[in-house]
Amino acid sequence: MATSTTTVPDAGPSTGSRSLLARLTSGDEIARIITFIFAATVVLITVLLVLQLWHDSSLPRHKFGLNFFATRVWDPIAEEFGALPFIYGTLVTATVSLLIAVPLGLGAAIFLAELAPQKISDTLQFFIDLLAAVPSVIYGLLGVFIVIPLMREYLQPFLKRTLGFLPLFQGPAYGVGFFTAGIVLAIMVIPYIISVSREVLLSVPRDQREAALALGSTRWESTWKVVVPFARTGIMGSIFLALARALGETMAVTMVIGNTPTISASLFSPGYSIAAVIANEFTEATGEIYLQSLIELALVLFLLTFILNGLARMLLLVTTQKGSGMGQV
Amino acid sequence: MSPRLRWRKFVSGFMLTLTGVCATVAVSVLFFILGYLVYHGGSSINWNFFTKLPVPVGEIGGGMANAIVGSAKLLLLASLLGVPIGFFGGVYLAEFSNSSIAFVVRYAADLLNGVPSIVIGIFAYALVVLPFKHFSTLAGAFALGVMMIPITLRSTEEFLHAVPRALREGSMALGASRWRTIMSVVVPAAYRGIMTAILLALARVAGETAPLLFTAFGNRYWSPGVSQPTASLPVMIFTYAISPYDDWHRQAWAAGLVLLALILIVNIFARAIVSRGGTILR
Repeated sequence: MATSTTTVPDAGPSTGSRSLLARLTSGDEIARIITFIFAATVVLITVLLVLQLWHDSSLPRHKFGLNFFATRVWDPIAEEFGALPFIYGTLVTATVSLLIAVPLGLGAAIFLAELAPQKISDTLQFFIDLLAAVPSVIYGLLGVFIVIPLMREYLQPFLKRTLGFLPLFQGPAYGVGFFTAGIVLAIMVIPYIISVSREVLLSVPRDQREAALALGSTRWESTWKVVVPFARTGIMGSIFLALARALGETMAVTMVIGNTPTISASLFSPGYSIAAVIANEFTEATGEIYLQSLIELALVLFLLTFILNGLARMLLLVTTQKGSGMGQV
Repeated sequence: MSPRLRWRKFVSGFMLTLTGVCATVAVSVLFFILGYLVYHGGSSINWNFFTKLPVPVGEIGGGMANAIVGSAKLLLLASLLGVPIGFFGGVYLAEFSNSSIAFVVRYAADLLNGVPSIVIGIFAYALVVLPFKHFSTLAGAFALGVMMIPITLRSTEEFLHAVPRALREGSMALGASRWRTIMSVVVPAAYRGIMTAILLALARVAGETAPLLFTAFGNRYWSPGVSQPTASLPVMIFTYAISPYDDWHRQAWAAGLVLLALILIVNIFARAIVSRGGTILR
């Protein structure tokens, strides 16, 4: 998303001298008011969304306080709700996904921005854009029927044989679980990392590369030691964007994570995530406090993505300004 | 060539090849997904899929006609909400606003754009489902419409900004009012870009499942009007995929193929529009 902040300079003659009535009859003032109402609606909807999440989660906030985030009991019958397993699952799957997606995505972005000829780069970017348009339920479908069997039959037994001494890779290979969810999430967020990082890398001024090459560095050294550090903040921005996506992703995770609220060191263990528990239990939630606990989870998710998206935007803004500013020197 | 230089050249060549491998892997995922869907879904698509209702559990056959119509209805209603607010809001940002109001509106839109879709679902549940006391097409369309707003708004603004200032000045020099200039000169000049944005927004919400789970819910039958729960393709794929029945899995693949084909075609079409009309943006 471009973040142009320039506004169109007032192209019309100064309207200050004309009376309000004259401006109303010319239609301009009416148009301004009407379009303003539509623009204000956007702000209104956003404010309403935040207020609704806050208001409708007041019961568990008052009853459990901060314990909501520290206890692991999720018992609708006893009306005891602790969100720890869901927060744990969300964080673990997002971490696994980034560990896979960042190297792959950054590598691909470097190829697209630095190496590939314009035509090939644009074609590949077109496919990456299409990949970003694939709906999450399709990833879930492939996750259920392709990734889960692959994990159960091949990858998980293999990891157990080779890296089984680590607690991460122990326990029975069910196929579903944190690891599988992390892999499906990684596939989903890679296009975002590639697209944004490619833009950022392309905005690095040409002089930077030429100077490095002129000093005798190889192509890779100029890329890795000059171009990538120059674009560092923007790449961080793309990673934050991807992280926000991964945290909020619902369908694909719900379909492969196993939907069991556990906290386990093993990545093979079935788990649960915030978005998945909302998706599965919201329609069945009986009792005010049960429903409101789920809404409090939604509030947590909202705040997490809000902070990450804000950080990402700031970092990307800083980089693009730095890039264009240096280019003019 | 010193051994050190040879080593550096080797590292360079090796790492650059590796980045090429990364790019190939990332792009091949798309063809892998397409291939699997065509392979599994293609054999399950037949006329019944498009014309029949789902059959009761245990019976073989049936189709998803109600889900296809349901999705179409949801998208139509969603655009009725999302497109006007996004479009006119974008016009306001580009043509009328001062910078502090524009900042607030843009900020709200970006915030809304980043909200996880499941949270939008809860919002629509509280705002539309609870007052009417039941799930409905209207509630699902509201959720999807809210998701369309930020995309339409920001792109409208961006494409309007890209229209050269000389066009506006020319129109106003001929005596047209501000509003007349916008509607008959500026917007037509940015028309292709805005259409593309709307199409992309539609394609994006067409595949959304999470916000429909507790708004449009689901339905095994036709859903008359807009106040009943309705089936939709994405939710059908979800319920059928996690069910234990082989025949349902078969239909989930078919529905997945139909949904993905529609979304990819709209995407390709939209990008073709904007690249043909690219001159106006230079």
